[in-house]
Amino acid sequence: MAGALLEALLDRDALAGASRTSPAWLADARRAAAEALVREGLPGARNEAWKYTSLRALEQRKPIVGDAEAKRRAVEAATFGLPGIDGSRLVFVNGVLRDDLSRVEPAAGLSIFTLATANPAELEPWRAALARDAGTDAAFARLNTALAADGPLVRVAPGATIDAPVHLVFVGIAAEQEIAWHARALIEVGAGASLRVVEHHVGAAAAQIGNVVAQYALGAGAKLDLVGIQGASDAATLIRRSEFSLGAGAVLSTHALDIGAQLARHDIDVALAGRGARFASRGVFALRGRQHADLHLDVRHAARDTASDILWRGVADGRARGVFHGAITVEAGADGADANLSNKNLLLSPHAEIDTQPVLEIYADEVKAAHGATVGQLDEGAMFYLRSRGLPPDAARQLLIAAFCGVALADVAEPALREHLAAMLASRLPRIGED
Amino acid sequence: MLKIENLHVRVAGKEILKGVSLEVNAGEVHAIMGPNGAGKSTLGNVIAGREGYDVTAGTIEYAGRNLLELEPEERAAAGVFLAFQYPVEIPGVNNTYFLRTALNAQRKHRGEPELDSMQFLKRVREKLAVLHLKDELLHRAVNEGFSGGEKKRNEIFQMALLEPRLAILDETDSGLDIDALKMVADGVNAMRAPERAFVVITHYQRLLDYIVPDYVHVLADGRIVESGDRTLAHKLEEHGYAWIAERHVPDTISAGAA
Repeated sequence: MAGALLEALLDRDALAGASRTSPAWLADARRAAAEALVREGLPGARNEAWKYTSLRALEQRKPIVGDAEAKRRAVEAATFGLPGIDGSRLVFVNGVLRDDLSRVEPAAGLSIFTLATANPAELEPWRAALARDAGTDAAFARLNTALAADGPLVRVAPGATIDAPVHLVFVGIAAEQEIAWHARALIEVGAGASLRVVEHHVGAAAAQIGNVVAQYALGAGAKLDLVGIQGASDAATLIRRSEFSLGAGAVLSTHALDIGAQLARHDIDVALAGRGARFASRGVFALRGRQHADLHLDVRHAARDTASDILWRGVADGRARGVFHGAITVEAGADGADANLSNKNLLLSPHAEIDTQPVLEIYADEVKAAHGATVGQLDEGAMFYLRSRGLPPDAARQLLIAAFCGVALADVAEPALREHLAAMLASRLPRIGED
Repeated sequence: MLKIENLHVRVAGKEILKGVSLEVNAGEVHAIMGPNGAGKSTLGNVIAGREGYDVTAGTIEYAGRNLLELEPEERAAAGVFLAFQYPVEIPGVNNTYFLRTALNAQRKHRGEPELDSMQFLKRVREKLAVLHLKDELLHRAVNEGFSGGEKKRNEIFQMALLEPRLAILDETDSGLDIDALKMVADGVNAMRAPERAFVVITHYQRLLDYIVPDYVHVLADGRIVESGDRTLAHKLEEHGYAWIAERHVPDTISAGAA
């Protein structure tokens, strides 16, 4: 049974709006997704994947779909500018492309379209991805399929190397009413091709719901370096799902900094489908106030000699709540798999809470797997060591927290971006009185 | 400079120090020797201000002040330094950055101007040369992945850089081969000065061949049971700590009391 939220979102006008220019297959996919949602609803309290994030309050909200004024809203370029990132940039404000803020830097082998303006022939290659149903747990992805009207479509031709990172920006900005916007990003890196992407979520004082599904496909031997920055408004709800499929010998390297949103849910689904595919994930979430972040990482080793290496750090202050769910599955026949997962978390306040769940399921024989997860406070021994050298407690604390998180972002390739991320992170950690 | 009187300390409800008295003057080197579990490290930790050490009786006066009233960082700024028996690894904190932050925090506390990067680096180079240390140590995270010897040398390097007035070396010799031991001793000897005092805590006499003490004290079962000059260390080496135990009947009545 659909709650108020789904009733508000799945009205006839909204669905019609989303499929206005669609080819028939996309309209069918949207309809099927909407019907599945009406039939099955949002994940309930007993759904294991949503155990720590109750949707009850969200379900009662009645936002309107999309923002008719999105093309006219004032957005400062400074809110999304990043040092050292000066390639193509596509800026979506409340889910709608802003030509005035975007630019495409032509590069051999790089083609960029958008969901709203692509013609049926241009959409055809994305058919399987757009019509994919990820199931009841991924109800918001269904909502995205039904309603996403815009988003970037990026393709790198086989063998092409794109030097300048593609900057995908999703801005959530206050509207007159509470809105829910949906954006769909599709990125394909062809066989032997190489691409860098910055997926960047920003926002200002907006109590709204953002829903972003990003689907990344890496062909055989393709390389993708992805930096995800989630600095959404502290009032926003941001639901993301990122899917990755890796062909033989493909290499995916990701870094993530999650510091924004009131409620953030991010599902990261990685399929190591081809032999020798490799995935590295580094990330940190830093939460404060009453922020709630729920990260679900699901890695599937489906071929021989695949590798995954996950290192995440979490910090929660105030009454914040963090969830890290890291599941690694090594399928039967995926011998030679090498899986590493480390998740360490730091509680900075007696009222903060972090839950970490590493899950390892192995159905193959020759597998190397290691995982470790901790939730704790600052190390007393380290605190005393720093204080015994003259650091006041606040400075010692700040140094230790920054170092604890910093290891997750230490190997971001671009130095200017690395420093920027460190500064962003520092701005969210407990401050000491500088005088 | 340091005056400890009748110090009683409990750790986790157990009395470890049972009335230690010790006076250290500027320019002196005191060695504290004793068997394992005698309370040697407790003494060093209490002087540095570590939490979890409950002073139930006695006083520690340092440079005319009640040391026990000061926070660890205040003690550091006042010139107290503890070379840790087990230096802590701090991943992600660059050694140079850490040292500059520490030095400037101390200077600020004392009302001295902070050193800029150039001034700091100059000082670092001078100290590295004296200690025959490699630059590489500076670029690594504090003690992370350091060998036992590197950690101890890093402690001595920190001491050289921070220039304390009272340095306590807590078993800095443990786990060191003879070359590393000499290097540590050279570092300490280079810093010996009329205005500076050292308390060298050690289990073995070996270190005292290289850092020659003015006084040697034997700590056993929470008390200083014997004091003398450097020859006492040799007697201990010859006869072992059992020799001391035979000369002093442990106070079982106070040890058994609630």
